[in-house]
Amino acid sequence: MPQGLLGIEGLSRPEIQAILDRSRDFQPRGDQRFRKLDLLRGRMVVNLFFEASTRTRTSFEIAARRLGADAVSITAQASSVSKGESLVDTLNTLAAMHPDAIIMRHAASGAPHFLQRYLETPIINAGDGTHEHPTQALLDARTILDRGQTLEGLRVAIIGDIAHSRVARSNVHLLSKFGAHIVLCGPASLLPRELENIASGVTLTTDMNEAICGADVIMMLRVQLERQHEAAFPANEYFQFYGLRLEHLQLAKPEVIVMHPGPINRGREISSEVADSQRSVILNQVENGIAVRMAVLESVLGAKKNGNAAH
Amino acid sequence: MATLLIKNGRVMDPASGRDEIADVLIEDGKIRGAGKDLAVSEVSELFDATGLVVAPGFIDMHVHLREPGFEHAETIETGSRAAAAGGFTSICPMPNTAPVNDNATVTSYIVEKARRHAIVNVFPIGAITKGSKGDALAEIGSMREAGAVAISDDGRPVMNARVMRRAMEFARSFGMPVIDHCEDLHLSAGGDMHEGAESVRLGLRGIPACSEDVMVARDILLAEVTGARYHVAHISSRHSVEMVAFAKARGLAVSAEATPHHLALSDRDMPPYDSNYKMKPPLRSSCDVEAVTQGVVSGAIDAIATDHAPHPGSEKMQEFENCPFGIIGLETALGIALEKLVHPGKIELMRMVELFTTGPGRILSIGRGTLAPGAPADVTIFSVNREWTYDVTKSLSKSSNSPFHNKTFRGGPVATVVGGQIVWRCP
Repeated sequence: MPQGLLGIEGLSRPEIQAILDRSRDFQPRGDQRFRKLDLLRGRMVVNLFFEASTRTRTSFEIAARRLGADAVSITAQASSVSKGESLVDTLNTLAAMHPDAIIMRHAASGAPHFLQRYLETPIINAGDGTHEHPTQALLDARTILDRGQTLEGLRVAIIGDIAHSRVARSNVHLLSKFGAHIVLCGPASLLPRELENIASGVTLTTDMNEAICGADVIMMLRVQLERQHEAAFPANEYFQFYGLRLEHLQLAKPEVIVMHPGPINRGREISSEVADSQRSVILNQVENGIAVRMAVLESVLGAKKNGNAAH
Repeated sequence: MATLLIKNGRVMDPASGRDEIADVLIEDGKIRGAGKDLAVSEVSELFDATGLVVAPGFIDMHVHLREPGFEHAETIETGSRAAAAGGFTSICPMPNTAPVNDNATVTSYIVEKARRHAIVNVFPIGAITKGSKGDALAEIGSMREAGAVAISDDGRPVMNARVMRRAMEFARSFGMPVIDHCEDLHLSAGGDMHEGAESVRLGLRGIPACSEDVMVARDILLAEVTGARYHVAHISSRHSVEMVAFAKARGLAVSAEATPHHLALSDRDMPPYDSNYKMKPPLRSSCDVEAVTQGVVSGAIDAIATDHAPHPGSEKMQEFENCPFGIIGLETALGIALEKLVHPGKIELMRMVELFTTGPGRILSIGRGTLAPGAPADVTIFSVNREWTYDVTKSLSKSSNSPFHNKTFRGGPVATVVGGQIVWRCP
């Protein structure tokens, strides 16, 4: 069974901790330019993105190259007929070129899980539909830990379109495993009640002030109009009730940090003043994305190397 | 004279209440009689049913045979073979073929194809509306004359309540039951599995139970207004079962069927994104499974029907959201009914036989489902304790989309007799 990374839900706390610890070694030191490593020299990863993405794909590419691996990126257009057959075929074709891992993003929830059943090559999930985005949760945890000692007992408010957010799901699983209090907030039409039981330590509220009150971390989610198949809320009311503005920050802990997986919609879910404020760690998240993905790649590809050595 | 003597089985006939070790004698395609000391002059074929149950032929009032139009998934012939292997002697194919069975020509085509190639009886179900488009009524009377036994727009439910009302009224003129696949298409739009904790966890869009419930409620009210015979297909939710029980208590001609998979599995049983667990209605919560089971026990539910829905492997081997709905079910129905209903002591074996025979037989008025002398000699011979393992790669269906592959059952079909002929024996 190939050991890729399909989601956070299936990982144990020590497994996550190991990646978070290792990623510190890959964070840039001060102003120093990053020196390229050769930990994965001669290895090859394929970035297969069925959905538009600039930052995640670039982040994975840079991560692979900094470790000395070769990275090939393919932006695939899922065909409209018999997608799955061509999806399996596409992946089999790529697998026949013997990459060491396939990094995949797909608009369908579970697409990498479905493919992994047929594929020897490990798959790293770079976001599947509205299900999981594991490396985003890892880089978010890395970013929170850069400011504090532990995730345990932190109050984390995740605000926005929870129903359609893979970022929210992966973060909920990760934070819950580490004992954080997670407050999910959004309009009820984007906040299914069943989320309360998705993991321990989760509470729900439709009131943004309540969510932010006493928060150590505020994670804003992008309003994903492309994932909504209907108008679940009146678009022009969104910012008024669920957009993050400076005055909200008064309710949170003084050292609160504001996060966002990007790309941000200024004036839709977050005001420019907040996005550019001292409390915002949005650019740190981007930076940590590379370090965390290096740790993930090393873990996935390293594991395979050991396996081969036994032959 | 062609005779078949089924000897020494446990003869169970819900229509008469008979339950005893006896012989069943068949002559010229008809049941001649059942008893211990039958006067038998000359037997051309003997079947030793010692240790087995001998029941009226099972009726599956809800299957998809895919012919005409989708012969790559199933044909009337292959579907009938799978039916025989499941102990079914009569099956009712839904009209969602291409073309849709919405007129006497298509009905006659199916009847004629079945006469030539099917090894079990085929009683077609006609469409409610032309093309199952939900607007103009189909040629219900002529389909009846051509052999259709009920009408349904299965899979494409009639959304317009006024059209449904007229269909119920018109069908009543011909004594035909109206079968509805209850799903409010607006509420279920885009959904891929039951809306609940599992759909939220997996990031899949949900099909809420209320999308079924609002249609059951609407239809029951229309059935009362029209006096129609109304039947709920593949009932799957708690509230729908409650409403059917309520309608029956009011004396309405309302009935319901449940599928084996809705008795056997809940949404939590699906391995992540396994499309062999994707069907409509979806596998619901364990609370709904319990309610459907209780409906079978209490009598709110009248029949077990498989909703056998073959799809070729290539169509099921896709991203979950792109896979078609439906699973095959003819060969595993009896095994599941025994496992989920009889072995745990929820119902008596006689009641289970009823769910497969007189239950659907009464709804469809097809004069089958009994071992009474003179009845067509359709007989299902099965074991209640023989262990066997379902290997879907050996299925007689053309398709293999089953969640029960490799599952071991206790009890299942042993031989199937249609019109006095043994058409299938357990290999």
